[in-house]
Amino acid sequence: MSQEKISEDQRRSAVSSGPSAVPPDPSPPQHQEPTGNRRLRHMGDLDYSVVQQCMHCGMCLPSCPTYLETREERNSPRGRIALMRAIADEELDVTKEFGEEMYYCLGCLACTTACPAGVDYPKLFEHARAEIEHQGVLFTPERAFWRWLTLRQIFAKPWMLHAVGRLLWLYQASGMCALVRKSGLLRLLPANLRNLEPSTPVVRRHFSTELIAEVERPETTKHRVGMLTGCVQDLVFSDVNRDTVEVLLANGCEVITPRAQGCCGSLHAHNGDLEQAEIQARRIIDRFDLDSIDAIITNAAGCGSHLKHFTHLLRNDPDYRDKAVLWDEKVRDISEWLVEVGFRKPTGDAPAQKVTYHEACHLCHGQGISRQPREVLNAIPGLELVELENATHCCGSAGVYNITQPEQAAKLQEEKVACIQRTGASLVATANPGCHLQVQNGLGDTAVVKHPVTLLAEAYRAEKNQEEGGA
Amino acid sequence: MKRSPTPSNPSAHFTEGSPILLRLEKIVGENNVLTRREDLIPYGFDGTAALKKEAICVVLPRSSEAVAEVMRFAHAEKIPVVTRGSGTGLSGGSVPVEGGIVLCLVHLNHILEVDPANLTMLCESGVITKAVDDAATPFGLFYPPDPGSMKISTIGGNVANNSGGLRGLKYGVTRDYVMGLEVVLPSGEVAWLGSKCVKDVAGYSMKDLFVGSEGTLGIITKVLLKLVPRPKARRTLLASFDTMESAARTVSQIIEKQIIPCTLEFLDRKTCASVEAYAKVGLPTGAAAVVLMETDGHPAVVEEEVEAMAEIARENGAISVEQATDEAHATRLATARRSAFSALARIRPTTILEDVTVPRSRLAEIVSHVEEVAARHSLEIATFGHFGDGNVHPTILTDETDHEEMERVELALSEIVDKTIALGGTITGEHGVGLAKKPFLPRQFDEASYSLLKEVKLTLDPHGLLNPGKIFDLDR
Repeated sequence: MSQEKISEDQRRSAVSSGPSAVPPDPSPPQHQEPTGNRRLRHMGDLDYSVVQQCMHCGMCLPSCPTYLETREERNSPRGRIALMRAIADEELDVTKEFGEEMYYCLGCLACTTACPAGVDYPKLFEHARAEIEHQGVLFTPERAFWRWLTLRQIFAKPWMLHAVGRLLWLYQASGMCALVRKSGLLRLLPANLRNLEPSTPVVRRHFSTELIAEVERPETTKHRVGMLTGCVQDLVFSDVNRDTVEVLLANGCEVITPRAQGCCGSLHAHNGDLEQAEIQARRIIDRFDLDSIDAIITNAAGCGSHLKHFTHLLRNDPDYRDKAVLWDEKVRDISEWLVEVGFRKPTGDAPAQKVTYHEACHLCHGQGISRQPREVLNAIPGLELVELENATHCCGSAGVYNITQPEQAAKLQEEKVACIQRTGASLVATANPGCHLQVQNGLGDTAVVKHPVTLLAEAYRAEKNQEEGGA
Repeated sequence: MKRSPTPSNPSAHFTEGSPILLRLEKIVGENNVLTRREDLIPYGFDGTAALKKEAICVVLPRSSEAVAEVMRFAHAEKIPVVTRGSGTGLSGGSVPVEGGIVLCLVHLNHILEVDPANLTMLCESGVITKAVDDAATPFGLFYPPDPGSMKISTIGGNVANNSGGLRGLKYGVTRDYVMGLEVVLPSGEVAWLGSKCVKDVAGYSMKDLFVGSEGTLGIITKVLLKLVPRPKARRTLLASFDTMESAARTVSQIIEKQIIPCTLEFLDRKTCASVEAYAKVGLPTGAAAVVLMETDGHPAVVEEEVEAMAEIARENGAISVEQATDEAHATRLATARRSAFSALARIRPTTILEDVTVPRSRLAEIVSHVEEVAARHSLEIATFGHFGDGNVHPTILTDETDHEEMERVELALSEIVDKTIALGGTITGEHGVGLAKKPFLPRQFDEASYSLLKEVKLTLDPHGLLNPGKIFDLDR
């Protein structure tokens, strides 16, 4: 089931995601805990009113994939919030059951769109998982090891991520991969990893920085933007990063792409490692000269919905607090930015083709961006946008969920594929690497998945070819 | 009114392997009995603010036969049973009781029959309200009651609370669509009440006793619903006024002209301001009342009616009148009303939604009374609701952890209730009594009618097993 790209190590980590990476902190919390249980480090750090904001009306229930699966309250957003509140009220401890529940949650954030009261579920979700890791209720040595390896090593150090990417590429390109599969060596892996191996995403030969110069200038510069290359995106979809830069250049944006960016910390924050997420956030902020650029562009929804909330993440850091505010103001998803600056519509003829659009959860629910990617698609000659039934429902990728919860992820993938097939479209647009892989894996060769920005870049290229051909 | 959370009593929980637990598991299956605290806490409340209690277990039967068997067992063991659907109630009606089990019927979610020849639908009680209407649509049929939670509320819960919705004036409420019920009685016997016949006067109208009984008399397991032809056209109009009185006059004149709109919803000054701040829908500043009107039916009639309603609004000094030109426009106009609750719920941590109802002609009076009460007690109270049927939702924005403010909330509620009763109204139009309004019920009922409630209860449920302590207390 997998689909999520990521290296083998990463997958394993997720299977076992555990707290060792976050050794129990012996020092007392530095900050004042406003309310709640004294033993709570991360949840106690949350303002009680965030939990209290939930009026348990139940409007989130029909939006929640796990509730719809089991119809049991604890698997629903309001049920999970009730447990968090019970913990804050010292009526319940942070238990293993609670830990498992919070890792059954996809973090798709569909509930935040459905919520009439504006509950900040992303914050609750991240703090709850951080508390679970802090207290170690899910601890196993294996889980701890994989968490340490992925969150604290591979996805914490840009050079290591590149090294792993290069190794994976060698493994796949050299034929080793076929050999290993044939040899039966994979039987040495635990079953869920073995099942994942065939869907390991194919790593690109080139990293983004090999395709994108540090500074690229358009003919006339109207805007200056910073470009985020991501981590998974950098390994598996460096071509999407190149397409993004081309589209930006075509719209008068000078593009600054700092080297060695590494992971933005989204992966860490979503998996209960807020300490490392802070380190990643500081590191990536330092890569950019914020005052000299108009916007920071991301093309991965999962990153974008994290990148826009550094103000909260770094609120206790006096050196970075102000920078984080400025950062949050400048981060834009690529579609959001294109519509904001009034992107140029490509001209020319193209064969008619049906496209449908799957909304990445962290774009529509996490960032409230639904209209802009459709505007991009509608501007492309020849494309006919056919709306997808339940377009905003999670595809089951959900970060590393397809690795940690393969059964539930597979059900969601099947539902998504069935909806796509009913549209009759042979082309699916989606704007997040996790969804891209999950949906493509589900579809096999029945349809092709592309990022909207790739389709726009292709249209600009076709336009240029036609002009040159005509001239 | 009970407002403070009751600490749970973990000692009341079943321990693994207890004989009662084993029996329940045998009836409904092992995975359908929940006893862990992490499972029970999320069933400790419904959609009502500041009410919670932990059950000793949650039972999730998969068939009405299993429901009956659970009830027979509970009857034999004298264990209280609280029936629950999706837990979206707004009066605490499905909040668990001390030492009781929660019987959650969400798995009874099958639509058993749509009968286009008789315009009926038979379904299990755990079917989602919206799914009822969705299933009627392909037949060109319509299930009109549309409570605010219809996307997740169950039809059984709607029947048990006789839920209303936005269409009450023209289409009535849930009761008007119930033709028959299958009910599990407190003894565990199963009774079928009603029929597909439009005319049916055989015996007492027993089904009507169970509609709105809030789970205190029986457990509804199947519902036979009446459907109506789906209206072919609908037109939407949004008008705003600088006084509530001119809005009220407009509504009265519309009805005097014998136009019965399907929707006639209003927002008061505070709600308008909150909605505008939150959703930026373009309401005129200084609007003291915004009225959303919709008429549905035959296209020609609908066209005529919407023009007439706009004219009446203008004659009464509306500061703006906007008619929807197409479906998308209509949706945009309805946004103001639809976002009312969302806009208000974000302002303070606790949102208490009240539900008093007065005769339509007294609506402006109760709205201005609520404004006075809010000022007197220094509280934030916004009012919106259903102009057509006099059902208003004064919404108190507060913080349940602020005990001093909560005392003022109690006073305000009490004064609103007294005024409502003085105007000939009722303490609850569509949410039910449950726990939240239990203390006010004796103010509305005379002694004979109040004790009649108890006599009926004792006749059907002499051991007080079903949802005890809701609506009223039995002081035996």
